[in-house]
This record gives sequence, C-alpha cells and structure tokens, in this order.
Amino acid sequence: MTAVPLLFEFPFEAVYIRSIIRVSLYVSTVAVLLSTLVSLPIALVVGFTDFPGKRFLTAVINTGMGFPSVVVGLLVLFAVSNQGPLGQFGLVFTPEAMILSQFVLATPPITAISLAAIAGVDGNVRSAAHILGGTRLDVALVTIKEARYGIATAILAGFGRAISEVGSVLIVGGNIASANGVSKTRTLTTAIQLEARQGRYETAMYLGAVLVVLVLLVNAVVVRLGDGRVQR
Amino acid sequence: MPIQRRQFVSALGGGALAGLAGCSRIGGSNGERPGVAGETLTLTTTTSTYDTGLLDELNAPFEDMYGVTVDAVAQGTGAALETARNGDSDVVMVHARSLEDEFMREGYGINRRDLMFNDFVIVGPEDDPAGIEGMGSAVDAFATIAGAEATFVSRGDNSGTHTKELAVWDEAGVEPGGDWYRETGQGMGEVLNIANEQGGYTLSDRGTFLSQRSEIDLTILVQGPIRDGPELLANPYGILAVNPEIHDNVNYDLAMAYIGYVTSPDAQQTIAEYEADGEQLFFPRALSEEPNFQQYVPEGWSGNATE
Repeated sequence: MTAVPLLFEFPFEAVYIRSIIRVSLYVSTVAVLLSTLVSLPIALVVGFTDFPGKRFLTAVINTGMGFPSVVVGLLVLFAVSNQGPLGQFGLVFTPEAMILSQFVLATPPITAISLAAIAGVDGNVRSAAHILGGTRLDVALVTIKEARYGIATAILAGFGRAISEVGSVLIVGGNIASANGVSKTRTLTTAIQLEARQGRYETAMYLGAVLVVLVLLVNAVVVRLGDGRVQR
Repeated sequence: MPIQRRQFVSALGGGALAGLAGCSRIGGSNGERPGVAGETLTLTTTTSTYDTGLLDELNAPFEDMYGVTVDAVAQGTGAALETARNGDSDVVMVHARSLEDEFMREGYGINRRDLMFNDFVIVGPEDDPAGIEGMGSAVDAFATIAGAEATFVSRGDNSGTHTKELAVWDEAGVEPGGDWYRETGQGMGEVLNIANEQGGYTLSDRGTFLSQRSEIDLTILVQGPIRDGPELLANPYGILAVNPEIHDNVNYDLAMAYIGYVTSPDAQQTIAEYEADGEQLFFPRALSEEPNFQQYVPEGWSGNATE
C-alpha cells in the first residue's frame, strides 16, 4: 500500500504517539482478557445456581461497576508499593501495576453484564443441552453461545472502562516516558492529562481524537464479529 | 520475564562510581561497560523540572553513557518525597529545602547536593486588579492581594511552590482563606491555566511560567531575585539519594552515579544552556570556586555529628 501523504504535520513525534498507543492497547487488552477469564466463570456459576445470598452477591457485583478509579489506584498502589504485600515484586510504576488496576476496574462491569446476558438465556436451552447428555461444560458453552452478543457487549464495556480511565493508571504507573519520548507507562489518557497540564491543547486534542477512534474501531470489530454469526 | 528485586551494591562502589561520574566519562579507552548497565533508576521529581523539558535533556546523555533507563516520575515535591519514603524511588530532585531537610533528618535521604536554582515569580492578569506590579517585596504584594481580596490560585498540593507560597503568606501575617483564595491541588501547569481562566494571581517557578507563557495571558508582576526581585522568592533545587539502610531495594549505586552526573561539569553546562522561549530557565549551582561543604548537612540537624 502506498503511504498517503499527511495533509498536515502532527505537533508531536510519531514515535511518541505510537508508543503511547501501544502501551494503552497492551495494558487495556491484557487487563480485559484477564477480567473476562475471571468474569465469565463467575457469571456462569451465579447465573446457573440458586443459593442463599445470590441477590446480595448480584448487588455487590453491580456495585463494583461504580468503583472510583482513583480509589482503586490508591489501593493497588498500597499493594504494589515497596511497603505493601506485593512490594517484593517491584511492580510500582510498571505496566503490570496498571494492568492490575484496570483488571480490578474492568471485572465488575464484565461480570455484571455477562450475568444479565446469561440470565436472559432461555432455561429450555440449558435443559435441552443437559437432556442430550451434555456435561456441565457443554451446557456452559451452549449458554455462552446463546448469550454471545450480550457477552460481547460486556467485554466492550469492560474495555471502554479500562482504556478510558486515567486516575488509577496515573497513580500506579507514574505516567513515565523515557527521555527519547518512548512511553513506558504513559497511556493515551495520562498523555492527554499531561499535555493539557502543560498548556499544549492542540496535542491533547489530537490524542483525544486518537483515543475516540481507537475505541470506535474496537467496538466495530467486536460488533462485526457478533453480527457475522447472527447473520449466518 | 521474571520480575526480580533490584540488587543492592555496596555504598563504597557507588561512591567510587559517583566520583568517576563527576570527573570523567565511564568506559574510557578500553570500552568497558559500567557495572550498572541495564538497570533502571527511579527518579521522583517536581513538575517544574519535568514540564519545562529540562529533565529529558539531562537524562538522555546519562542513559546513553551508562546504558541504563531513568524512569522520571513528576509528582511535585511533597509527593516525590513521600514516594521516596516508601522506598519506591531511588533518587529525588525537588525544590523545598525545608521538606528536604526534614526528609534527611528522618533518615530517609542522604548525600544531598545543591543542584541548581532559579526563582519564583508572582504572575497575574495584565490589568493587575490589585495593583502589585513592580512591587519590590513579595510580602507586600501578597498582603496587597489579600487586602484587595483579589483572586489567588494556590497549588495547595504540598509542592515546593506551595511550601514557598505558605512561607510568604506567613511572612505577610496573612492566613489566606475565603472566596478569593482557591486551592487547586494541581501541578504548576494546571494552576497557571486556572489562574489564566479566572483572571487570578499565582506564584510560579520561572521555568514553568516561561515554558507556558505563549499559551496564557498572564504576566510577571513581581520579579524574583534573578531579575533583582526579593531574595525571598529564590528557588533552589536539591538532589538526594534514598537511604539504602532503610530501604534495601534502593538502587543506590545508580542513584549516586546520577547525583555525580547531574552535578558534573557537563550536566551543569546542559542546565546553564537550557532555554525556553529564548530565556535561560535554570542556573547551575553544584560547582563553585569556593565549595561550601555545609550544604551536605540539613539545616538545624543535631544528630550525632562530632562538632
């Protein structure tokens, strides 16, 4: 593909913006994948099972959707700080600490929305799968298939929550870029905060546009995958 | 890759390395790589060193010279020192001498050196509603602002600038409060933006103001000592290592190498030459024809020193 000439010059080095995008995508994608691995089993167990305290647990999960970002950042900072329980791993001011923060933030919405989607699956579908000799895993897989659109929405919500948040990654990551401009823990959101702080509004607006486009692209891809199956 | 605790190397080695860093370039004719190659130094610092761009200018050659990475975290002086207290940074570059002295008296910081200085300036809107322009006294200017109840935007974040601001209010005998006094808890850049939006006054380090001047309509109304203003607005920067006896994960040898580097003739020259908007921002202070070794000891220190 021939490179299309830019109509204007960006007010920043390309390496800077590329590294920021890479860090943002890496941290949020890993956090959301880990969240999904934890959230789906929880949603399936809670959705399938009736037990005392189920309503309470569901309420707790829903409340978690509103965790304040900066509080999560503070708690994770205490955990990973040299003085904290995870201090020996040297995680403070690293992408791993940011992943941990975003994992905590993304898990409640993915769990809650997946739970709603799974609860919406017709009980007869589960019964049919069971009658046909399916194991619990088979029943779970069938349910996930039936609820896939809702689960995709859940994952998108988690990703949106993760990639757009600034408070916790600023606290635990330190917003670090090396002297040559390559990001270590600087994300699109913390870069916007920094550029605005320095009065560089033009750069901040460009970064904001990149962030919005990125979120739209991810949404489009996931929705397309979902639609593709539905239309088959 | 496995995450490993940073290895502690002896203070003696660090001291020798720092000495070398101050006197010559590492490697020399045999091309030998320094023992710290590949390691990471965590530096917590104030916003003025970072936002002005000086820190990137300083750190790039250090990273090349030693083959290391410097993670600079701009937090403001109070937060930078607190992070260091927790053992989460190796070296601190800040500008509130009283907070630095306290940090050292508590045993968290060692081997402080004067690094550089510039000054604070009182900035405000061009129409100067309180009428402080040209005042030769920061105390009088602050008292006048309070008397007129003109909008004043404060850092309110325990930073070096905030510490200086409080010292001036104290000298003026004013306990600021009320609608006109707005504590933001923000860094210097944000505070300048807010003062600009609200037509208010604020105290700023010269460097951040100059680097942001083209974006705002504020002007310097009371100069600092660099331009013959009151000495009270002096802004000295210090650099100090975190004490490895308190936090054994401190990368002390690299911290001392960094201190040696930033106080070396080369780095001091970089500081002297650094400009924003056509003006020199910082003035080197680590080298002197008449060295004052008392600078190593915190003011008011009365530990077990032999006198």
